[in-house]
Amino acid sequence: MITSEILRNEYEPVIGLEIHAELNTRSKMFCGCDASHYSALEPNINICPTCVGLPGAMPVLNQKALEMGVMVGIALNCNINEMNVFSRKNYFYPDLPKGYQISQYDHPVASNGWLDVMENKQEIIQRIRIRRAHLEEDTAKLSHERKYALIDFNRSGVPLLEIVTEPDLHTIESTLAFANKIRTILRYLDVNSGNMEEGILRFEANVSIRRRGSSKMNTRTEIKNLNSFRSMSKAINYEIERQEKILSNNSAVAQETLGWDEIREVTVPQRGKEESHDYRYYPEPDIPPVFIDKDMLKKIRNQIPEMPDSREIRFSQDYGLSRTEARILVNEKDKADYFEITVKESSSPINIIYSWLIGEMTSIVNERKTSFKETHLTPERFARLLDLYTSGRINDFTAKEILNMLFETDKNPEDILVEMDLGKISNVNVLSELIDDILEKNSDLAREYLGGKNQLFQWFMGLVSKETKGRSDPSVVKKLLNSALSDFDKE
Amino acid sequence: MDLRKLTIQEAHKLLINKKISSYELTLEYLARIKEIDPIINSYITISEEHALTIAKKADDRIARNLNVTPLTGIPYSLKDCFSTKKIRTTCGSKILEDYLPSYNATVVKILESHGSVLLGKQNMDEFGMGSSCENSAFFNTKNPWYLDRIPGGSSGGSAAGLSAGLSTFAIGEDTGGSIRMPAGFCNLVGLKPTYGLVSRYGHIALVSSFDCVGPMTKDVFDCAIVLEQIAGNDPLDGTSLKNEIPSYTKKLVSPVKGMRLGIPKEYYQLGMDIGVEKSIQEAIDVFREIGMEIVEISLPNTEAALPVYYLILFAEASANLARFDGIRFSGNPEKDFDSVMDMIIQTRNEGFGEEVKRRIMLGAYVLSAGYYDAYYLKAQKVRTLIQGDFNNAFKECDLLLAPINPSTAFKIGEKVDDPLQMYLSDIFVVAANPAGVPALALPCGFYNDLPVGMQLIGNHSSEEILLRAGYAYQQETDWHKRQPSI
Repeated sequence: MITSEILRNEYEPVIGLEIHAELNTRSKMFCGCDASHYSALEPNINICPTCVGLPGAMPVLNQKALEMGVMVGIALNCNINEMNVFSRKNYFYPDLPKGYQISQYDHPVASNGWLDVMENKQEIIQRIRIRRAHLEEDTAKLSHERKYALIDFNRSGVPLLEIVTEPDLHTIESTLAFANKIRTILRYLDVNSGNMEEGILRFEANVSIRRRGSSKMNTRTEIKNLNSFRSMSKAINYEIERQEKILSNNSAVAQETLGWDEIREVTVPQRGKEESHDYRYYPEPDIPPVFIDKDMLKKIRNQIPEMPDSREIRFSQDYGLSRTEARILVNEKDKADYFEITVKESSSPINIIYSWLIGEMTSIVNERKTSFKETHLTPERFARLLDLYTSGRINDFTAKEILNMLFETDKNPEDILVEMDLGKISNVNVLSELIDDILEKNSDLAREYLGGKNQLFQWFMGLVSKETKGRSDPSVVKKLLNSALSDFDKE
Repeated sequence: MDLRKLTIQEAHKLLINKKISSYELTLEYLARIKEIDPIINSYITISEEHALTIAKKADDRIARNLNVTPLTGIPYSLKDCFSTKKIRTTCGSKILEDYLPSYNATVVKILESHGSVLLGKQNMDEFGMGSSCENSAFFNTKNPWYLDRIPGGSSGGSAAGLSAGLSTFAIGEDTGGSIRMPAGFCNLVGLKPTYGLVSRYGHIALVSSFDCVGPMTKDVFDCAIVLEQIAGNDPLDGTSLKNEIPSYTKKLVSPVKGMRLGIPKEYYQLGMDIGVEKSIQEAIDVFREIGMEIVEISLPNTEAALPVYYLILFAEASANLARFDGIRFSGNPEKDFDSVMDMIIQTRNEGFGEEVKRRIMLGAYVLSAGYYDAYYLKAQKVRTLIQGDFNNAFKECDLLLAPINPSTAFKIGEKVDDPLQMYLSDIFVVAANPAGVPALALPCGFYNDLPVGMQLIGNHSSEEILLRAGYAYQQETDWHKRQPSI
């Protein structure tokens, strides 16, 4: 029987990505309307004659969008085209009010770039070539009902940057690593939020397979509607297997556009848009060509912040983190920013800061559906909490308790500590009394422990902790409990 | 008062001297429109209520002397290709027969800020595609000089109406002679400005690279008055020039002695009616008499102008008209369709006229894969040669003199069966638009009792020179003072 393993050994996946990133500008690509369509409270309120395509309306280029395109191009190691020309891409569809989309055809903002990705498992660096990046306007949003469709033009005209890679990806892991890296870079540049759920950042995969060792390319399919990395992984995997089965049966893969069905977890041919359309591109006469001179390039280059790769190296060198640790941190710009400020403010060891940040702090931030950028638990307050912990004034349990409280209030950890009298109870007398009391009330269990049931020690420890609301110093309790139990034995 | 003769200058004097109010003047125009327009059919929509409201406001403004300009309270008309808020805008097409725009074109906004009184929207060849006004989906407009003749196109309604005394001035649009041709056939002054001088925002585009918004008036002075106000940079139009606008009226009365007038020899080789040629020759004599130097120049690529113009027109028009899909405006919302594509196809099939459909198909063809290089790209390349011709010519002269049309106005129906014949008669007017240069149409005589027009063509942003020369010419001649007998 031909298993998927055998097929995977015989065939090599060939994957290219097409990325559509909505640019984080205030206004739309070709008019002054508000571009933040996803936060609009009602459909069709951020519109004007231009983005609704009314007769007589004209486009005017959003300079900021162009600058963002240039910035991304530089970050992706591309050639920046000195002369940018916008073109009309002609086709009919209800979400395209003018009957053409203003895009870029033969003079895109950036071309011939690359990005290095490392698959965590392999530790191999692969250079993925980027064919081009160009600017265009987004279409309106269609919602389909049974007998009709509704069109919301809030999104029509929002600036998009389309990035196309060469089909240099050959595994799902590298594809995800690449997608993740692009997303991170866009967030670092502050040109896109990386939100895939709401379609602010969209990925499409072009997938084909070929015999290993061969350079001959086979027909590829295009998969749309991948709104999470999980979907991307599953969809590409499904598609590869589907194509492997087809080819191993000596059939041919049909060139089609597919959608990923989240529920049934299969790729489905999409109807609607015409295939292999002749878009009849020609230069947009309403937008004169834009020239990007050396001064403008320099100015934009200077606006680029420290990028993930260099940050990863610096974190590793300056903070003594392993490359993997650094990469995990650096992948989330806001978290990395938070980390750096915490390190500056705190006197705790780096590994403590790191593990608390990656561990407890990240869990709570996710639980509370906030972010490292938005949370009012500032890195300064976080730093002070960690210092309380590392100084030994509070234990693990208490630290976590205060951490949660810090999300609810603006108070400092020291003040909370004082207020709630949460200093570690190390007073031997107080603790001894409590322990004696506990042993008395649980005498049969104490005897069981002495009889050999060693795990009960932890249980007693837990009970002391509970009774003291976690404030007891575990090392002191351990000593006292030990001596109390041996005393008990003597009784 | 003879509304056929009334100029902006005269009307303005009457208004500020309180000899008549804008309201009264507007009523007179509306009355004459009711009387005469059923004969010539120049208006598609008459905005009576709107006009009277604006007129009242203008009167108030004049009474209080509040920022009164030469255009305040002056009744005017618009070719129906300009977006007018809440006033029907059809572009001469069935597909827009019920379209009520939600915004005003910039030129409309400007005139409204002056308090000019909009009388209505005028007939045109559908979407500007035509040279005779016979391609309107609604009706033919008749030339007031001879009712069996075409008024010219595509701003035919504006020319016919203005010439018959149904407005004091009109705003038209010239893509390939669409202001100049009707001005020539109806004995009017019409200016195609430099590309980008007047904002196109709100003008329903035909050929985005060629379209120019411009005034149509009874004399050159009026033309200068209007141009001064409507020219200027518009941030809503990305192709709008950023030049400072001179005061055209102040510079009008200046000597023209020593100006070099170029006569393009190729134009005269192409042939024209005897009467037209005679009138042009007489005009040359006048210019010589007033002190201009006559120079023969060459525009070697003249013959290429027609194919260059039409190929680019087809291509750009096909895209500009793609938005008429029946989804957001026009079309029949009550009807049931099998699919969206079905709706789009049916709407366009029923809503567009023959000539429009013809040009859209040609445009799609010219841009299609495999043909783009041979047609569209080639046309754009040859276009640079035409621009080069003008550049070279203007090294040897300050402006050019050319006919507008090889004949006078032809009969209605004479050329409808042969679209190619129609295209060919555009030969003298189509070169200016691909080059972006301005051209001023002026009356220069009569032939068989029909008006003969000529055009002065200048270098980019040379409207000042054209208007000066035109004004000087009109001091020596009175062709422009003649009226049709309607």
